[in-house]
Amino acid sequence: MFRIFHIGVVFMAVAGLAAQPAWAETPSEILASIQKEAAGTPGFQGFSAERGMSFFKAKHTNEWSCASCHTDNPAMPGKHAKTGKAIDPLAPSAYAARFTSPKKVEKWFKRNCNDVLDRACTPQEKGDVLAYLLTVKK
Amino acid sequence: MMMPKQKTFRLFAVAMLAMSVAIPVAQADDDRNEGYGEKRSGKYGGENRGKPLQPAQTNAKFQQECSTCHIAYSPGLLPAESWRKVMAGLDKHFGSDASLDAAENKEISAFLVNNASNRWSAATAPLRISESVWFKRKHDASEINPAVWKNPQVKSPANCAACHPRAEQGDYNEDAIRIPK
Repeated sequence: MFRIFHIGVVFMAVAGLAAQPAWAETPSEILASIQKEAAGTPGFQGFSAERGMSFFKAKHTNEWSCASCHTDNPAMPGKHAKTGKAIDPLAPSAYAARFTSPKKVEKWFKRNCNDVLDRACTPQEKGDVLAYLLTVKK
Repeated sequence: MMMPKQKTFRLFAVAMLAMSVAIPVAQADDDRNEGYGEKRSGKYGGENRGKPLQPAQTNAKFQQECSTCHIAYSPGLLPAESWRKVMAGLDKHFGSDASLDAAENKEISAFLVNNASNRWSAATAPLRISESVWFKRKHDASEINPAVWKNPQVKSPANCAACHPRAEQGDYNEDAIRIPK
């Protein structure tokens, strides 16, 4: 009996470790690393949540804005503009797994910036948007 | 004079018996209403989805990556060449950037190709499942009222789960179909 319990504890510890990479960082840590990147660009004066909000809600090069799928309120669940598939809220206050994996953040900025702007986003734009998302309350 | 008649009857009986055995076997292989698609190149002119649609052993990467924007379509719905093309063009995936890193792409491609339709004999390789002959036959106006496609709950033929509740599990059983009102 004790042994089974023991194995269970070990198993849970291993499972816990295995789950770690998905939560490798906090959204603020991710924002800090985007800031490091942005600091290298001339004239950088920090991020603005307000600028991030207008960027998020506006249409740019293409038919879609960020809000087309994530809605005007990133604390609410979104919906894929084409397929209708449900999307979990984007604001970390509403969905804790958001902006905790640098790899995922990079992957989705690349994809979605291409969809919305037909190009990669600048560190300034990414930082502004994340700064905005961090101000969104549930 | 009795003999030829009896012989004819016996032949007829044997033929009937043979048919009664042969027909269920042919139907058991597939769902209903497929008979009229028969051609020399195979059912649906060779554009037939495979069986099983979803392999017994799935792939975690495939499940995770292919189900964020739409359901993870079963690999058996298209031939291997279609999947190769889809996976080679993920940066422009039906108008969206769905690119993966090289390792993910390789793993998922292998899974799709290895579990692609095993009954697709045509040389065609459509990018859209809805372009295949089997799909069109199954969803033509005699099967589905055209108004269904205009229902906002259905929205697009890509939205399998609107009418096939267990589509994500690869279950498209006709008895489970629920067309939203």
